[in-house]
Amino acid sequence: MTPATDFPRIAPLGLEGVLVSFADRLDLKANSAAIAFRSALEADRPDGVTETSVSLASVLVCCDATVTDPDDLLEALRARVKAVDWYAEGLPKTRKLWHIPAAFDPELSPQLPEMAALLDMSVSDLTTEILAAPLRVLTIGFAPGQPYLGALPGHLNLPRQTDLTPKVPAGALVCAVRQITLFTAPGPTGWRHIGQTAFRPFQPKAERPFPLSAGDEVRWRSVSAYEIKSLRDDPMGGATHEPAP
Amino acid sequence: MTAHLTLTKAGPGATLQDRGRPSQLAGGVSRGGAVDPLALLEGALLLGQDTDAAAIELATTPITLRTGQHPAIIALSGAPMRTDLAWNATHFLPPETELTLQPGRDGIYSYLHIAGGFRTDLVLGSRSIHLKAGIGQPLQAEDRLPYDPKTNATADLVLNTNRPDQNAPIRILSSVQTALFAKEERVRFEATRFTPDPRSTRSALRLSHDTKGFEANGQLDILSEATLPGDIQITGDGTAYVLMPDCQTTGGYPRIAAVIPTDMPRLVQTPPGKPLTFRFVSREEALTLHRTEMARRKTLPKQIGPRLRDPRDIPDLLSYQLISGITAGREEP
Repeated sequence: MTPATDFPRIAPLGLEGVLVSFADRLDLKANSAAIAFRSALEADRPDGVTETSVSLASVLVCCDATVTDPDDLLEALRARVKAVDWYAEGLPKTRKLWHIPAAFDPELSPQLPEMAALLDMSVSDLTTEILAAPLRVLTIGFAPGQPYLGALPGHLNLPRQTDLTPKVPAGALVCAVRQITLFTAPGPTGWRHIGQTAFRPFQPKAERPFPLSAGDEVRWRSVSAYEIKSLRDDPMGGATHEPAP
Repeated sequence: MTAHLTLTKAGPGATLQDRGRPSQLAGGVSRGGAVDPLALLEGALLLGQDTDAAAIELATTPITLRTGQHPAIIALSGAPMRTDLAWNATHFLPPETELTLQPGRDGIYSYLHIAGGFRTDLVLGSRSIHLKAGIGQPLQAEDRLPYDPKTNATADLVLNTNRPDQNAPIRILSSVQTALFAKEERVRFEATRFTPDPRSTRSALRLSHDTKGFEANGQLDILSEATLPGDIQITGDGTAYVLMPDCQTTGGYPRIAAVIPTDMPRLVQTPPGKPLTFRFVSREEALTLHRTEMARRKTLPKQIGPRLRDPRDIPDLLSYQLISGITAGREEP
């Protein structure tokens, strides 16, 4: 195992990218550091930066190499990384707390009973724990706007299923490795389909096409399968948000 | 005023592309856009228009299209296709005219540009179809593509593209996980003759080779992190894939190297079966090459001139097959 003192690590990614990594495994503190670092970069972009993004524990910074020497950017980022203890910095103050209606009802959540059985719990106890879990948007990826949410308590940890579910609908909540993903578009998955929302993480025509940002908090508001169906014309799927405390 | 080009036939692999969507990585959308951005630029320069205008991209796929009641000026760029129209040139299409383009042998990605650019709806500031991200659909028969028929573009211009040596090794840079590959593996990577696999897509170019797969040491379970087009990923079975514009924004496979931007257009146009090799270069060299190439692209308009089209000026007219729309010459099957 790599000692934590190796991090943050800064390395070129291709000619025009620099990757700043805060850990080499999923760790909420490193995720928080990556989100805080990216937020600080966006608030005060070093010269020549064209784009930044955050993954589970790292930040990509891109430049245009015709105007910026990527090695100068690398040095500027090295100084920015050193200036602050990003692991202790905390999440950006602009982040939101979302309340998203979700049905944990076997009608729309076909693998919730299987997950409960594998964890040796009742469906009702598992639902209660999922509703109580404070979840954070760890990163956005796989599909446009699609959030990876974590982390569920350690005793709810299950690996991916060995089979691929051929298709889950848009808005599906799928779960594995202490994370929940809210599917942007219908598609196959190796994670278990345990809940359903009417929320659309990608709204191409909206002023904010990606409603969720890395660092946002998410809580589920338990509703019936009937209510989820009735929310399907609302791209927000009945979700509300407020500044995160 | 809006005119339309109507597709009467379109094979799989026909899409509309512009320069794509920079600055959407944080939303989980890779840049996308034309696989060969140099060919996209060449077509726009031939028509003297915005370099972000949308064009039809054809990945070794045939297309037949028709003008309606308005004429159109088009440009053809990228991989030459079989047609009796000259490639890397602009052409006047009268109203109610049908044009068929058939895949050629040289290259993969061909572009049909129209003066004024295609005016489909913008999604996140771009008209690029990005199938992986669920943005848009492939072009198909009966699609009507809107354009503005008013134009200042000129027909019968030709561009001297002056593409570099097609057989030189593709130059690569060390990347974030290059050090996870033993020196012998990196040397073997440079010594290997690859060829593009026909299963390649706009997301990934798969590389075939006869020798055993490539292997990283130790840490095979890499925490998912940002990926960019040009990255060369080694998957679990040792296969190398070069990420393409529609790639996912993150990935967990080790990357042995990254193709330098200068050599991407040549790489993506390499047809299956043609040998490919890779050679590591320093960052300094890659940067100099990139800046030289981007400066050269600014001089491309000087390479545009009138095309001789009077039949009396064509010395080998008899070698042209004028009736079926197939040109004799090196594109002939």
